[in-house]
Order: sequence, then structure tokens, then C-alpha cells
Amino acid sequence: MSFKHTLRAATAMSLITATSAFAQDTTITIATVNNGDMIRMQGYTDQFTADTGIGVEWVTLEENVLRQRVTTDITTNGGQFDIMTIGMYETPIWGANGWLVALDDLSADYDVDDILPAMAGGLSHDGTLYAAPFYGESSMIMYRTDLMEAAGMEMPDAPTWEFIADAAAAMTDRDAEINGICLRGKAGWGEGGAFITAMSNSFGARWFDEGWNAQFDTEQWANTLNFFKTMMDASGPAGYATNGFNENLSLFNQGKCGMWIDATVAASFVTGDDSTVADSVGFALAPDTGLGKRSNWLWAWALGIPAGTAQEAEAKQFIEWATSKDYIELVAENEGWANVPPGARTSLYENPNYQEVPFAQMTLDSILSADPNDSTVDPSPYVGVQFAAIPEFAGIATEVSQEFSAAYAGQQTVEEALAKAQAITDEAMEAAGYK
Amino acid sequence: MARAVTSRRKLINTTAAWAVGLLIFFPILWTILTSFKTEGQAIASPPIFLGFDWTLENYKTVMERSNYARFLWNSIIIAGLSTIIGLIVAVPAAWSMAFVPSRRTKDILLWMLSTKMLPAVGVLYPIYLLFIKMGLLDSRAGLVVVMMLINLPIIVWMLYTYFREIPGEILEAARMDGATLKEEVLYILTPMAIPGIASTMLLNFILAWNEAFWTLNLTAVNAAPLTAFIASYSSPEGLFFAKLSAASTMAIAPILILGWFSQKQLVRGLTFGAVK
Repeated sequence: MSFKHTLRAATAMSLITATSAFAQDTTITIATVNNGDMIRMQGYTDQFTADTGIGVEWVTLEENVLRQRVTTDITTNGGQFDIMTIGMYETPIWGANGWLVALDDLSADYDVDDILPAMAGGLSHDGTLYAAPFYGESSMIMYRTDLMEAAGMEMPDAPTWEFIADAAAAMTDRDAEINGICLRGKAGWGEGGAFITAMSNSFGARWFDEGWNAQFDTEQWANTLNFFKTMMDASGPAGYATNGFNENLSLFNQGKCGMWIDATVAASFVTGDDSTVADSVGFALAPDTGLGKRSNWLWAWALGIPAGTAQEAEAKQFIEWATSKDYIELVAENEGWANVPPGARTSLYENPNYQEVPFAQMTLDSILSADPNDSTVDPSPYVGVQFAAIPEFAGIATEVSQEFSAAYAGQQTVEEALAKAQAITDEAMEAAGYK
Repeated sequence: MARAVTSRRKLINTTAAWAVGLLIFFPILWTILTSFKTEGQAIASPPIFLGFDWTLENYKTVMERSNYARFLWNSIIIAGLSTIIGLIVAVPAAWSMAFVPSRRTKDILLWMLSTKMLPAVGVLYPIYLLFIKMGLLDSRAGLVVVMMLINLPIIVWMLYTYFREIPGEILEAARMDGATLKEEVLYILTPMAIPGIASTMLLNFILAWNEAFWTLNLTAVNAAPLTAFIASYSSPEGLFFAKLSAASTMAIAPILILGWFSQKQLVRGLTFGAVK
């Protein structure tokens, strides 16, 4: 072989090596939350890399830490992440501010119209989708069928709060450490704050009237809080004022709750291997008071791309893969239909295999009965069911929920908590220029 | 009779010391025990103390999911370098304050300490923007500087306290024998203050190792230390306490071992000058 041929061959080899190295060197960084579905997705990332040559680095953080971290980064244009896991609260606000890349050019194969309308609506601003839902959830009642039967009662598909309070009292057996009902009372806008806000919708309450005036001085809010506290004092677990999702899940799985109203994703936990009551769990829609709104929320964890990322195309490619129908099939094939990410796509609920999952239909019904654009009995100026999608809400609601938790714990009266909530909210809204 | 009273008092004191010690250590012990339970056993009520089926499954899962070695290496580099650089800056500063004080020395010391009173989140945005401008986000170099600066007041204060216990006459004698400033600090002062410097170094290393605000907010992938490793296993929606405990045990194990082996130096340093 002549020197010229050798040189050509070497050049060709170098180019091939360089090209493949270049393809493999593309790496995107994703900030995400630590939950079962997201961890499962990380396990399948190698397949995405093998198919596309795009490497993936995960930054997994606790939900509240993640919120602070990605908010700092996106507001300063820090560029640390190519994809951020965000929720229904952040997406419309960030989309309106131009901080997210619009997902308006997804491929035909992706079938964007298959995303559940409630989810697509909550993750859009002015009709443009800014984050693709990885999974969605509402809230519903999970109850012990055996305890309900022993109490001589039958759970309707769509019960009222009155029925729930009666059933809770009937199922409570303090000697056997069984609490009739377990609900979130923990301070935090995403913890007890989310629950009481969703509950207040069903009592005809709202955070703001159309002039952005706080509404905690209304009879509807007093009714909501008094009903919650009376019922929980009578039938709830000790220390419920500090209980959140995990504490209630733990109690329910150990057979210490008759009913639990919380996220629909919990259905797979209470019927899973770690539950001691997996065989006797029933599901029903979140309660109402007959005013036309139920007390269930609507939430999605979604993947969004911060504007300005250098790897927008690769990030979009990942989002299309992770939130696709094919990904759902991949998880179902390996881990069963009960473990696929729920609540994002219409086609999932049309799938006969998924319809056999015991909580599938109730999850869908719950999601469909929550409308973030019309969540309150009286008109309100905000979007969101268990939150108001304005930047100030997280701070205000955290403070308000602290006052509510103090009332649950008996450190102040319901009236005092509501008066403080009114003052906190009015002051913050005035300072923010809404009034 | 007096001897019996002394023995009884000694017994009471020893028992009380053990009780307080165990009380302080209990959260760590509970974390370690939980790391060997299943998720179901971890949340059992009443809690199971020792009578459970011990499993290493959580450690296996954590090792499979996370690159522990990378987090550990970052922690060592960040805590180690920030401590060394901090000492290099603090020893001369503490020397001048202890042996050549001015009228404002006490004010300066208090001012330095006052910087610790500002909540870190209050300066998050300015620091973050500075890091973006300087290209220091998610870099070990950036974190070393931040860690060194936030712990510097404590290092200077501790060294100042130790140096004050060393008689100035010894340094004077060295000077009369012709020692230069460098020789005085390196060959006279430093060896005499070794217990103090060692305990300062250890305490600073522990503080830097455990720091979880800046390390979480200024890192992503490349410079994330063990605090970020722990945070990745915490979740408000899902029962992962056993895995979280395994991750926590792995994160605190190196510092626990270091503390165990250097406890003599630590105690000697921290009580240096306490009894005259």
C-alpha cells in the first residue's frame, strides 16, 4: 500500500471516528424529581442513547429543592439544564414570560392531539404547548372496602362530603388504631395547601374574586375549614396537622386509614406489594357538596425546554421519546400496565389492557372532572384548580397553609387562621400591584 | 464516706454522659439501621428496632442508580481544598490579630462573624449571576472558593482563640534569636498550635462536607457532591426512606470514620485553653 493510500485510509478512519465520537458526545442534562415514574424512566435512558447517540445526564432532586433550583436557573438564564421537569403551576407562567421553548413543532408520529385535553390545557399559554406531560394526576378517594362493609355502608361512585364524614365516623376504631379518614394537613402550598384549596372549590370558596381581592373572610371558606377540622378531629389520625402524602400513604398501607383522599398515582402504591391492604381497596370520585364542583385537583409533571439551550433539537428528541405512546408500551412490556405513567394520553385509557387496571377508569374520570380554567363555583380570575397560576401564589399559599396547619393543631382558632390568611393575601396582592 | 460520694457522683456523671451521647447519636444509628430494612419495614408502626430481616438491597439499588464515586470525589476535593486554602489565608490573619492587635481587631473579628448571620438565600441570586459571568457554575473551583469564604470567619475565630493561649514571650524570644516572621510562624507558632490547627481543620472539613445550600444550588452534574447525592433520594411523594437512609449512610460514612479516628485531636483542640 502506497503512502498516499495509507494517508487516505487514515483520514477516512479519522473522519468516521470523529463523526461517531461527535454523535456520542452530545449529552443533554435533565433536572427531574425523585418519584417512581421518573426513576423508572432513567432506567430506560440507555435505550434512547443507543437509538439516537444522545447521552443523558440526570440531576434528580427532591421536589421542593428542584423547584428552587430550576427557578433560579431559568430566571438568570444560567443554562445548566437542557430539559426541566416542571408542573402545571410553572409552565403557563414561564411560557408567558418567554422562558420556555414552544413545543409547537412536534412530529406527526408523536400525535400531540392524543394528550388529554385537561393536561394540554394546563401546560399551555395562549393555546401553545410549553411542556409535554410525562404523567398526570388528579385526586380521588381510596377506601377500605372491608371496613366500609363492616360499617354497614356503601361508597357511592360520587359521594358528598356529608357522606364521607359519616363514613369516617363509622369506620373509626381508636382501640384498633383505625382512623376513619386520613387527609393532608401539613403546611406547604403543594401539601396541605393543595388539598384544602381543592376542597374549598367544592364548598363554593375561591382564593380571589374577579378584582383579585382575597376571599378568606367569606362564609364558604369558614365552612370549608370548620368542616375539615371537625371531621379530622373526630376521625383523623393524631397529629394530622403535620401529615403529608408520605405519612398518609404509610398509615393507609399499614391498615390504619378507612379512607384517604389524595393523588391518583397513589392507587398503584396502595394496591402494590408494600401495602398490607392491597386486596381490599376501592376507589371513588373526590367528594362534593352538590354545588357543581368536586374537590379533586389536577396536576402533571411535564418536560419543558428552557429557552436559550444550545441543544434544543436533542432535547425535543428526548421529550418526544419519553412522552410517546411507544415509551408507554415499553414500560408496559417490561413492568406491566399498572406501572406505566398514567394520566397523560387519551389512547392509554382506550387500551383494553390498561382498562383492566382497577383504578384506571376512576383516574380518568377524576382527571376529566377537573377543569383548571373553570375550577370555582363563582367566577375567579385565575387558572388552576389547587393553585392560582400567578408567580406570587407559591409564597402566599405557603404562609396561608402554615396558618391553617396551626389551626388544625389547635394553636389558634379557625377564625383567627382565616383572618390572618385574609391579611397575608391582601397585603401580598397589593404589594404585587394586582390592586 | 467522701470516697463513696465521689464514686456515686462519678457513676451518675458517666451514666448521664452516655445517655446524652446516645441521644445525640441516635438519629445516625436509626438512619444506619433503616438502611438495612425494606421500605415496608422502614415505615412500620410501631417501629422495628433490630428484629427485621437485614438486607443490602437498598445499597445495591443506590449503587446501580447513582455514580457514588463521582459524588464522593467531588466532596473530598471541595471540602479538602477549601479547608487547606482557608487555613493558608487564616493562619497569618489570626497571627496578626492575636500577636499584633490593633484598636479595631475586636471590631474586625465581630464584623467577620456577622457575615455568617446573613441567610444564605439572601445572596443566592448575586452569587449565581457572578458564577454565570465567570463560568463557574457546576465547577469544583467555584465551590471551593465559596466554601472557603463562608467558613473563613469560623477558621479565623478558632485560630485566634488558640493563638491567644500561646505566650507572646516565646515568639519574642524567637525573634531575639533572629527568627524571621516566616520562621516564627512556620517553626514556632504552628507546631505549638498543632492541636488547635488540627481541630480547626477537621471542623472546617466537616462543615464543608455537610454544607447543603450552596452545593445544591451551584452544581448540576460535574461538581455535585454527596449532599446532592442524598437530595436525589428524598421525595415527598413516595416511600423511599430505606433507600434515602442507605444514601445518607454512604454519604456520612467517610466523615464518620474520619471523626472517629481523629476524635482525640478534635477533643484536645476544642478544649484547648478551656482549663488553666
